[in-house]
Amino acid sequence: MGPAAAGGPTAVPSRPADLLRVQGLRKHFPVGGGWGRPRVVVKAVEDVSFAVPRGHIVGLVGESGSGKTTVGRAILRLIEPTAGRVEFDGTDVAKLGAAALRRFRQRMQIIFQDPYSSLNPRMRVDEIIAEALTAQAPMPRAERRDRTERLLLRVGLRPEQMRRYPHEFSGGQRQRIGIARALAVEPDFIVADEAVSALDVSVQAQVLNLLQDLREDLGLTMLFIGHDLAVVEYLCDEIVVMYLGRVMEIGPSEELCAAPSHPYTRALLSAAPIPDPAAPRSRIVLKGDIPSPVEVPSGCVFRTRCPHSVAACATVVPPLVEVAPGRFSACIREDIR
Amino acid sequence: MTAVHPAGIPDELPEGPAARPRWAVAARHLWRNKLLLLAVIVLLAVVALAALAPLVAEYGPNAMRISRRLQAPSAAHFFGTDEFGRDIFSRVIHGGRISLAAGGLTVLVACAGGVLLGVLSGYFAALDGILVKVVDSMMAFPDILLAIALVAVLGPTLSNVVVALGIVYMPRVARVVRASTLVLRELPFVEAARALGVPTHRILRRHILRNLASPITVQGTFIFAYAILAEAGLSFLGVGVSSETPTWGTIINAGQQYARQAPWIMLFPGLAIVLSVFSLQIIGDALRDALDPKLQKEV
Repeated sequence: MGPAAAGGPTAVPSRPADLLRVQGLRKHFPVGGGWGRPRVVVKAVEDVSFAVPRGHIVGLVGESGSGKTTVGRAILRLIEPTAGRVEFDGTDVAKLGAAALRRFRQRMQIIFQDPYSSLNPRMRVDEIIAEALTAQAPMPRAERRDRTERLLLRVGLRPEQMRRYPHEFSGGQRQRIGIARALAVEPDFIVADEAVSALDVSVQAQVLNLLQDLREDLGLTMLFIGHDLAVVEYLCDEIVVMYLGRVMEIGPSEELCAAPSHPYTRALLSAAPIPDPAAPRSRIVLKGDIPSPVEVPSGCVFRTRCPHSVAACATVVPPLVEVAPGRFSACIREDIR
Repeated sequence: MTAVHPAGIPDELPEGPAARPRWAVAARHLWRNKLLLLAVIVLLAVVALAALAPLVAEYGPNAMRISRRLQAPSAAHFFGTDEFGRDIFSRVIHGGRISLAAGGLTVLVACAGGVLLGVLSGYFAALDGILVKVVDSMMAFPDILLAIALVAVLGPTLSNVVVALGIVYMPRVARVVRASTLVLRELPFVEAARALGVPTHRILRRHILRNLASPITVQGTFIFAYAILAEAGLSFLGVGVSSETPTWGTIINAGQQYARQAPWIMLFPGLAIVLSVFSLQIIGDALRDALDPKLQKEV
């Protein structure tokens, strides 16, 4: 078992400015079972702790299957976390009852990866926005219309397009509609789940700039989930690196990307394309595939693919320790930091 | 409106794919597919004749003229006459009113019950186990047998036939609706609504039911066809509406005694059934294709 068994979840020191504080978050999915097959547990998220300061954008990166999307969903309680605290502005979201949670939802919103399935094909844009505006309380027609117009302008769409259906828009435009829907309830915090991954590079840039503007103008706090390190580094103040459901490294974007401390972060960075064909490359190629989350390796989950693993890696789950001010890494090999 | 937005994005955002109204897509479909066009015309003709039966028919459906009994089709009696000298044409179009109404009402009953069962079962995992078992056990009975049993319990009136057939076809709707609901429930736009705190009943209405419209319409057309057949079958077997009421089934039932001497008594209501059911099946198939958004783009 992880550090939880050894005495409480790993704690990232809290800062007074934190809007969101995630502590020891776990999500286990029971799968299989029945007809004589054993019931197994997928540990999608295991002891994840990090914090998001008010007004900052924190990036959550990792390859597919690392559990980053599950973390986002669990923070919003779109799925129920198995264990852990999700402290939002002093309230433990994980403990809210149904009615309180419904009211609380207005403070946290989500932007989805797929601009197609995230909008109901049978609702017009104005209906989609109106649903957000009236989700919790009715709003007069005129005000609804006025606010819908302003929201569409805000995200770079023309208000006269609001009587159209989603299929009449391009992927980038649809993503803007999704952003407008999230902004409609004036949230303090937004989870952007691979919000630009499905878009073309040129459109990605437009949407990223929109998110930047929104942060500056509205003081939004954001958890940006992604796998493209270049995008995450550009947008985020701080990066949390996940692998197989666990946090490997946390640090300020620039420092983490310039001098990664954890071997996994190094491998991830070396895999990112550099837009200069002449640049020297020393790609760290990892062995094998990401292990099954059903049978996670003992000790450090990354040890089976780590070029620096030693015998001790199999016995201890490396705790997330502060290796430099504001930088945390979960690796026992102090010699390679 | 200004061309440049406060967000600084130029007004040259790509326009989405050319929007064509739904009815235009449907009309194009219809024109390209001549068989479908034929089916629509036939069905409309059958419905129109049934609806206007009192105006179209020269004789009353129950007017007897013994002197003209068992006459072959002629200019005076298009479909011939039966053993009491009743005009078969008049009986067939009057019977169509009841047969088509029974079919249509059966669709309403089956869809109302099926949608309720299917949505509850698909959306609420806690109810799914029990509801699936109920629906499956209903499907275990042969259609006609279950209908006969239900009519026997309820009594042989038209409304009871409709209720019985509605119950018989309910599981078909429920299964399709449940399967679609299971898919819809997991889609991000439903998740977005939950994240906004939209009440569950509104999610079901706006996001689930609206997107179920096409599968339900398709199922409805098929059930319409089955129900016409089943009503005729029940009437033929003598467990449906009483034999005095002309429906396609009761006319055939009455005609079987004279099948050798006067085959037209059975032939014409039979043809009415075949034409209506065929047309509905073709329309149902076409609807399934037309309402599939993936196929829509290719049209």
